[in-house]
Amino acid sequence: MIRDYFKVLLYDLTSGKGTFVRIDGREEIAGGSGLAALLFNSYCNIKENWDNPEQSIIFTIGPLTGYFPLMSKTVCAFKSPYHNQYAESHGGGRSALCMRFADIDGLVITGKAKRLSCLFIGSRNLELRETHYLRGTDVQVSGKILRNMFQGAGHRSILRIGIAGENLSPMACINIDTYRHFGRLGSGAVMGAKNLKAIVIQGDGNFPLVENKDYPKLFQDVFKQLTTTEMMSKYHNLGTTENVAVLNEFKSLPYRNLQYTSDSEIKGITGETFANDALLRNAACAGCPVGCIHIGFVREKFMEENQYLYRQVSYDHEPVFASGSMLGVKNCFSVLSIIDAAEKMGLDIMSSGVALAWATEAYEKGIISEKETIIPLSFGNAKCYKEAMFYLATGANDFYKILSQGTMKAASKYKGEDFACVLGQEMAGYATGEVFFTSQALGLRHSHLDSAGYSYDLKHNDKNVEKAVEFLLNDEKARVFLTSMVSCLFARNIYTNELLKECLSVLGYKNIAENVEKISVQIQKLRWKTRISTGYDPEKIKIPKRFYEIITSKGHIDAEFLGNLTKEYSRRIKSFASE
Amino acid sequence: MKILIAPRMERCIGCHSCSLACARLVHKKLSWNTAGIRIASSGGLSTGFEAKSCLACDPAPCVLACPTGAYSQRKGGGVIVRKSLCILCGECAKACPVNAIYLDPSGEPFVCIHCGRCVNFCPHNCLEMKEIIVSGNNETLTESQK
Repeated sequence: MIRDYFKVLLYDLTSGKGTFVRIDGREEIAGGSGLAALLFNSYCNIKENWDNPEQSIIFTIGPLTGYFPLMSKTVCAFKSPYHNQYAESHGGGRSALCMRFADIDGLVITGKAKRLSCLFIGSRNLELRETHYLRGTDVQVSGKILRNMFQGAGHRSILRIGIAGENLSPMACINIDTYRHFGRLGSGAVMGAKNLKAIVIQGDGNFPLVENKDYPKLFQDVFKQLTTTEMMSKYHNLGTTENVAVLNEFKSLPYRNLQYTSDSEIKGITGETFANDALLRNAACAGCPVGCIHIGFVREKFMEENQYLYRQVSYDHEPVFASGSMLGVKNCFSVLSIIDAAEKMGLDIMSSGVALAWATEAYEKGIISEKETIIPLSFGNAKCYKEAMFYLATGANDFYKILSQGTMKAASKYKGEDFACVLGQEMAGYATGEVFFTSQALGLRHSHLDSAGYSYDLKHNDKNVEKAVEFLLNDEKARVFLTSMVSCLFARNIYTNELLKECLSVLGYKNIAENVEKISVQIQKLRWKTRISTGYDPEKIKIPKRFYEIITSKGHIDAEFLGNLTKEYSRRIKSFASE
Repeated sequence: MKILIAPRMERCIGCHSCSLACARLVHKKLSWNTAGIRIASSGGLSTGFEAKSCLACDPAPCVLACPTGAYSQRKGGGVIVRKSLCILCGECAKACPVNAIYLDPSGEPFVCIHCGRCVNFCPHNCLEMKEIIVSGNNETLTESQK
């Protein structure tokens, strides 16, 4: 629905009641990322801890959601159990279109349910249903039960947590419709702290369209660009796992807890190998014709006489890096089996894989022993990692409890900070160099998607600090506008500001279209102010020694350049808060 | 005479582009329900997708069930709907054996009119318009059945 304000559902789990509120600010912060920060400031307590029932978990969509292809993501905002500060995580699946058709721009869930519950939302439904019997169920099992409990196959989105979320692990994700996630910074634990096992959103509304011929014509043009040009082929062809071989070639693939950046035997986990041997099919987020979700399979013999079971597991570059190269696992099916183990537990695979990589090196160095790890951990041994995922999700002992709080927390206690691959949070799968390390370590989401630092590293040889920081800030500014629409960032090369202006105008958002630059800056500043108000100090972020020790295709890491980058980027970030 | 068929649904990625196109271009709505074709997962995304759309029955049970003549038989299968005659009774949806007719909250029915405008929005070529030969004895045959 097109409106010059935001329609937000506030739901209080404590009282079991919800209400719709009108929030102004559409023309100042557009929606998505901007709206999430705005709502966080109104409905979260910046001083209280993340697990205080007063805190909210927030979901938002944007003005273009559902109206144009690839406008298919939802923004989730919360106070993170990982660092007790403002956090934003993005996910797809059907969540965005279901929110659109449930006729809400934002969902703010506060309070705490008396017992484990499921919140059911639709354009004509609002119900909190107690689901204590789902406690301890893994993400696959709970998905099956919830699908039977609520109608609307195909037009509903089921957001749920696993055992990791119930155990309040800061590495717990929210699973969206089986194959997508609000992955990083512990959104799953926030739901767990609220006794909220699942949110089912039924997209059962419909809206009249603007009466002009320009909208369907523009839609057709955008659709054509997305489906007939080469710009998106990477994403539906091999998918992001195409990066595995490329980064390995550039000596930029984190390998064995970033002890190396390439390996001659990487062939077993390249995008090509996954496609040839393990790819079952592709799937898509609702509203996206690209279909970047790559689904492979795990096949297990569970009994003699050739009795097998199989499960379908989605893969991307990041999960393959975190459960493959980072753990020294070089077989695609072994990688899928580790991803599968993390998925079932509701663990974020990137954070958990990198944490176990640190644990393995610590074990090999003798810093920790089986007293801590319960089982021997060794690089390349998928079986031990599958088991360790369970220990991590359940907090099986003191060691796994603290490791699930974050690799650096465990490293501080057991003494292994130097080789903890943490850049604000567990690293993403790019060891490209100084600019990316700066970007992830200091970026608002500590995500490789905050800005294209990895790309900058690969394309630039100069060591111009101001130029690089300017690039990061400008790229972030463009991205926050996209994530306020809310676009999938894979479409960033197609949805230029010019095209976004056309899309907004044709729907009637003329004031937003005329002020894209200004609004982008406003959103960027609001997000940074919000993060900083919750205690973030970029100057306190430390880049561990391991990142200074690696060799990429450009040679050794330049410590002075990296130091200057973080110093300047910190200065610029802090200036946002003071403006 | 052509009808819409969905012969390659095993290729479907669940993007809903077909439903959204039908709602946008035929019914002038933003919707994935008020459309002649709707995509459902059959037991979660892991089991793939099915298309709910008119199979072009001839005679069509929905036509027989319609008490006002709002539904009439389309040559070659399927129906022609005159909404001005519709009293929103929902009998058409009840009569459809494959759940192809969607009733919106007001009871207004939405059913495929076999116009084919959704076809080009399918990125994986799941859908196609199939030529139907109308025989003299009122039976319809597809090319392969001739």
